[in-house]
Amino acid sequence: MQQENWSNIIESRSSFSFSSLKDVWQYRDLLWMFVKRDIVTNYKQTILGPLWFFIQPALTTALFVFINKAANTPTNGIHPVLYFLIGVTAWSYFAECLTKTSTTFKDNAFIFGKVYFPRLILPLSIVVSSLIKFFIQFSLFLIVLSILLGLGKAQLDIQSSILLFPFLIVIMAGLGLGGGMIITSLTTKYRDLALLVQFGVQLLMYGTLAIPLSSINNHFIHSVLLCNPMIPIIETFRQAFFNDTSFNLMHLGYSFVVMIFLLLLGFYSFSKTEKTFTDTI
Amino acid sequence: MADTIIKVENLSKQYRLGEIGTGSLSHDLNRWWHQIRGKEDPYLKIGETNDRTQKGNSEYVWALKDVNFEINRGEIWGVVGKNGAGKSTLLKLLSRITSPTTGVIKINGKMASLLEVGTGFHGELTGRENVFLNGAILGMKRKEIASKMDEIIAFAGVEKYIDTPVKRYSSGMFVRLAFAVAAHLDTDILILDEVLAVGDASFQRKCLGKMNDAATNQGKTVLFVSHNLSQIQGLCKKGMLLENGQLKMTGDINKIISEYVLGSQQSKSIDITQLPRMGPKSLDFNIRKITFTNDVTTIYEDDTISFDIEFECKNTMQELVLGFSIKDTLDTHLIECRSTSSIPIINIDKTGIYTITVTLKPNLSAGVYVLNIGARNVNGSLEYVPSVTNIEILPSGEYEEWNKPSAGIVKTPSNWQLIY
Repeated sequence: MQQENWSNIIESRSSFSFSSLKDVWQYRDLLWMFVKRDIVTNYKQTILGPLWFFIQPALTTALFVFINKAANTPTNGIHPVLYFLIGVTAWSYFAECLTKTSTTFKDNAFIFGKVYFPRLILPLSIVVSSLIKFFIQFSLFLIVLSILLGLGKAQLDIQSSILLFPFLIVIMAGLGLGGGMIITSLTTKYRDLALLVQFGVQLLMYGTLAIPLSSINNHFIHSVLLCNPMIPIIETFRQAFFNDTSFNLMHLGYSFVVMIFLLLLGFYSFSKTEKTFTDTI
Repeated sequence: MADTIIKVENLSKQYRLGEIGTGSLSHDLNRWWHQIRGKEDPYLKIGETNDRTQKGNSEYVWALKDVNFEINRGEIWGVVGKNGAGKSTLLKLLSRITSPTTGVIKINGKMASLLEVGTGFHGELTGRENVFLNGAILGMKRKEIASKMDEIIAFAGVEKYIDTPVKRYSSGMFVRLAFAVAAHLDTDILILDEVLAVGDASFQRKCLGKMNDAATNQGKTVLFVSHNLSQIQGLCKKGMLLENGQLKMTGDINKIISEYVLGSQQSKSIDITQLPRMGPKSLDFNIRKITFTNDVTTIYEDDTISFDIEFECKNTMQELVLGFSIKDTLDTHLIECRSTSSIPIINIDKTGIYTITVTLKPNLSAGVYVLNIGARNVNGSLEYVPSVTNIEILPSGEYEEWNKPSAGIVKTPSNWQLIY
């Protein structure tokens, strides 16, 4: 009678497969519960609540505008505040996804050590709940934009590439998630790399936002900067709102390919690590 | 024939001792080098059984080694073993928290494990929100939780507080709510790690009842780890005994427990020269050692227990009286016996080391008790040693809780006659 149709087989080394994505789908309710938990607990017992999210992009933008005035770099005719604010907003979503997912294993070691659920749920929930913050910060951009339009200090020139908006968000989320999963997998046993993440993200932000790509004449530096998959995304945002000339679909395609690559690699290393990381973290 | 729901084959788990650093990096590189050449992991061949009292030669230990067993649907299994025997490791492997080093676990059905109650509870969320979150972590669907919400709240008995953040809960309410979620899980297999050791006595009984009901009426399979042997004996029908990472035996729970109890008595005798004394202490008198007959400090109800007391007299002594008392864990003085019960007068004319033997039938109900020893003579107390050891009394197993011939702390035999 011995039935051999087991619903679940646990082995030491199972081959890499996408079946864990099916598990994630089974646990989708949990994903929403985590998202809800993050959102609710963020604003409990605050009076201004989500408005606090305005501070970080406002200050960072002010810093960039200051540097811009001092160094006299071009902003392609866009009002510098808007030019940097849209960049900072987009960048902080990517950075949030990357830094938060990059500590998934370390931050949740306790809960992971007590109960099983598809580990992938947690980084996914981070990406989703960070979206809320992104939209709040994006509304700051819209507010500033309408104020400056009202004052006649800026011009809006919306392009058809604005339709790419959801797609851009997906690429940013994918880049952050993929990179974060790789980092958290690499740092469960040897934590060296984790020390670099905060600093690296900060450094990369200046490299990504400070100077418009089109203003760089040196061909070599231009190509090096283009390796950064976030640059085409931010350029697309600027182009969509202000008809910045530097939009290039090829560059955006490159970002997409990098995202797919990072996601696959991240998914692979994450699912390899999740099996035994509780022993080594 | 029986329907196998869990099958474990050659299950082993190896752990590396010591810290992670450059030493472990070199091992990792070596392992990786073997792996890319298609060779076997060089560190799998070494490693020792997990006896933590002995200093080993190897950095690797087997927390579990070659464990095989099968569990059928609807059975309640108890897992017993000393600390470090591999119980928690086994549960971690079964509940997929970590992967086995070698071996396979085959499971047929939905499984949930409760290595802890209230995992993922967030203090800022209300009771209701936490029920949803915790339920989802344990694998329930949102709809399922919603349909059971009233039942869960009633079981926990926290109706009034359900919309208050759980950080305002008393620890008791917190645990009751957490357990209530777990108790309403709809799974085929439930793995429990001493989670019943929470809440007050009445809530514990409620939980045990719920577990029993789950297995007998709903056909769930339960795997239960606890150090509380009477709990295990009350709940489980079958069991397994783990020792130093190896499966020592499986089978009927009563046999498992008696094997564990007999096998786990480590110290033949208890050296009490170093134990703290209480009250006045005579310099001429010293209790040195207690030796239990057959090394047994755990007995069944209605059994006798006996032990030797070894003491040293550095001076002659008149009218020596030795005694011991048995208290329960709440420090209630239950029994006190003195040597005058058999030997009215002990006069010590020669200095030296003496041994006195005592046998008694405690007539106490199942539970854990504390043994204290003392001595005095006509001039007053010579010495008193509190909490020498625990004595555990197990239920005899012939009766259930409801029909046993006597209940309460003291087991008193009584004669009954039915008259027509």
